[in-house]
Amino acid sequence: MKLHEYQSKTIFAKYGVPIPKGRVAATALEARHIAEELGGRVVIKSQVLVGGRGKAGGIKVAKNAAEAEQLAQQILSMEIKGLPVRKILVDEAAAIEKEIYFSITNDRAAKKPVMIASAAGGVDIEEVAATNPEKIIKVHIDPLLGLRDYQARDIAASINLPREYWRDFSKIAEGLWQAYRKTDATLAEINPLVITEDKRLIALDGKMLIDDNAMFRQSDLNEMRDTDEEAPAEIEARKYGLSYIKLDGNIGCMVNGAGLAMTSMDIVKLFNGEPANFLDIGGGAGADKVAAAMRIILSDSNVKAVLFNIFGGITRCDEVARGILVAMDEVKPKVPMVVRLVGTNAEEGRKLLENAKMITAETLADAAQKAVQAAQQN
Amino acid sequence: MSILINKNTRLLVQGITGNEGLFHTTQMVAYGTNVVAGVTPGKGGEWALDGKIPVFDSVKLAKEATDANCSVIFVPARFAPDAMFEAADAGIPLIVCITEGVAVQDMMRVRSYLDHKGVRLIGPNCPGMLTPGESKVGIIPGNIAIPGNVGVVSRSGTLTYEVLYALKLVGMGASTCVGIGGDPINGTNFIDVLEMFEYDADTEKVVLIGEIGGTDEDKAAEYIASKMTKPVVSFIAGQTAPPGKRMGHAGAIIEGGAGTAEGKIKALKAAGVKVAKHPEEIPSLLK
Repeated sequence: MKLHEYQSKTIFAKYGVPIPKGRVAATALEARHIAEELGGRVVIKSQVLVGGRGKAGGIKVAKNAAEAEQLAQQILSMEIKGLPVRKILVDEAAAIEKEIYFSITNDRAAKKPVMIASAAGGVDIEEVAATNPEKIIKVHIDPLLGLRDYQARDIAASINLPREYWRDFSKIAEGLWQAYRKTDATLAEINPLVITEDKRLIALDGKMLIDDNAMFRQSDLNEMRDTDEEAPAEIEARKYGLSYIKLDGNIGCMVNGAGLAMTSMDIVKLFNGEPANFLDIGGGAGADKVAAAMRIILSDSNVKAVLFNIFGGITRCDEVARGILVAMDEVKPKVPMVVRLVGTNAEEGRKLLENAKMITAETLADAAQKAVQAAQQN
Repeated sequence: MSILINKNTRLLVQGITGNEGLFHTTQMVAYGTNVVAGVTPGKGGEWALDGKIPVFDSVKLAKEATDANCSVIFVPARFAPDAMFEAADAGIPLIVCITEGVAVQDMMRVRSYLDHKGVRLIGPNCPGMLTPGESKVGIIPGNIAIPGNVGVVSRSGTLTYEVLYALKLVGMGASTCVGIGGDPINGTNFIDVLEMFEYDADTEKVVLIGEIGGTDEDKAAEYIASKMTKPVVSFIAGQTAPPGKRMGHAGAIIEGGAGTAEGKIKALKAAGVKVAKHPEEIPSLLK
C-alpha cells in the first residue's frame, strides 16, 4: 500500500523526524487559509500516488496567501499521469542550503533492511545509482538488533555531513528506522532531507510503502488507504481475496496460483494474443469466489474471450466448475469461454461443464491457442 | 537418494487440527509420509486422524516424544513467525512453512534467527516438497509425479504441478521437487537447492522454475555457469507482467527495471541453460 506524502510525513513526525509546518487541503480556499496561518511563502504540493509531480507542474511556490489560493486552484484542476489531483499539501517554504537523500528499504538479496543515503539528494535516486553509484551509501541493519547509533554516525560521515549536524542526523535516522519498523513499511524515504539556511535538518518530502501482508496489525494505516486511485475492479477483487491486475489485452484469464497465472498470460502472448488481466483465484477457491472472479473479468469491456486454466491441487476442479456455472447463469456472458481442468476432480468438473457450451482444452498450449482464436473470431 | 526429505523423514505438523492442516495431513499420510506428531497449542493429549497421530501442546514436547526431524507449518500468517521460532528453538533441523502472507519484516527476523541457529527453512508461501514414492511434505498432489532422476526447484506452486505432470506424461520422474516459495524473503534459495542436486547421486538433470522479481535466478545462473556439471532446463514466468505491479506472489514484482523475465532468461541462457518458451516444452528440452 502506498501512502501519500502528507501521510508519510505525519508518520515521520510521530517518530521524531522534523517536517515543515503545513496541512493538507481539498479546496483552494482552504489552501489560502493555511497559507495565511503559516504566513510568508508556502509550497503547494499535489498529493497523488505517482512520482514526477514536480516535473508535471504539480508543485509550486506561492509568495503569499492570495497566490497560494490561485496556484491551489490550478493544481487541483490538474491530472498527473492520469490521476486527478484531489488533495494538496500546503507547507511553509524552506530556504534550502543542501539536499540529502535518505531512506530505508528491504534488501531482498541480503534479506535485511538497508539504510541508503546520498549527498546527491532531491533528484531521482535511481538515476544517481545508475550514473554515480559511488555517491550512494548503503548500510545493512540487523533485523533482530535494529539500527545501532554508530551506524547512523557512519552514514553521516560517509555523506560528508558537517559534524555539527551529526547529533540531529542520528535522531532522524533513529526516527526513520522506528517509522519503518513500527508501520511494517517496505520503504520509508525522505527525499530530500534538507539543511536549511538557518541550520536545521528537515524532511521536506516523504514517501512510504506499507507491506500489505502486515495489515492485520496496522489497522490505523488501513484507514489511510486511498482507494480513489485504485481501479474499482482491483478493489472488488481484494474484497474476495482475489489477486487481479487489469491489463490492456482482450483475453480474460482466470487461473489458480500466481506462477501459473503469469504463465498463462505469457502463453497467450506467445500465441500472438494479448492478456486482458492477471487473476489468481488462490488455493482452495470455492464456487462463490469463482463467480466473483468471472464477474470482475467480464466487467472489462475489452474482453473478447475468457481462458480458465485450473490445475487442481487444493483447489478442486468440480468446485471451480460449479462456480463457473453459477457465474454464467448470473452474468450471462456473450464471449466464448475456453476451459482447461487438470488434477483433483477434473473429470467431475468436466462433466458439470458438458452442457455449458464451453470450448475445452487438454494442454496449456492448446488452451491458449483456442482462446486466442476465439478472441479473434469474436 | 534424494534431497531434504526421504522415507526416513519423521514429520511433525504444526497446526494439525486446523482445516488446512488436517486435510493435508490426511493426504500426506495417504501418500506414505511418516507423520509422527502434530502440534496445536491447547489440544495436547488429543489424537488426530482417527487416533493415528498424537497431538502435543508444543513443538518441544512433540520432539521429545517422537524425535521428529522435520516440521511442516500450516498456521495462519500472523502466527507463522512464532511457529517457525518455536520449531527452531525445539531443535527441529528442517522447517517447511506452507503459509502464505507472512509479513516481510517478520520474515527478515525469522531468517536472521534461523541462520544463527543453523536451521534450514523452506518457504514460506510454498507448496513444500515431494520425493516421489518416499515422502511428501506439504501440498503438492502426490499423483502428478513419479520417481525419477530430474530434480525440480521452483518459486511457484501450481506452475510446478504443471511441470511435474508434463514430465509424468512422457514417463519422466523426479528425484525430489522443492518449492522454495514466492515471497521476497524466504529460507532457501535456488543456489542452495541447486548445490544439493549437484551432489545428489540420484539427480541427473535439473529443472529450475523461476519468475519475475528479485535476483535469485541471476545468482542461480552464475552458480550454474561456475559450479554445476549437471544439465539445467528452466522456465521463467512473468514475461508479460507490467512493471511495479505485484503479480499475486509478494515477491513477483519488477522494481526499478530490475527483476524482469527477460533479464533472467538472458542470464540463464548465457550460463548454458536451455530455457523453455512454455512449461510443456520442458520434457523435450530434458531429453
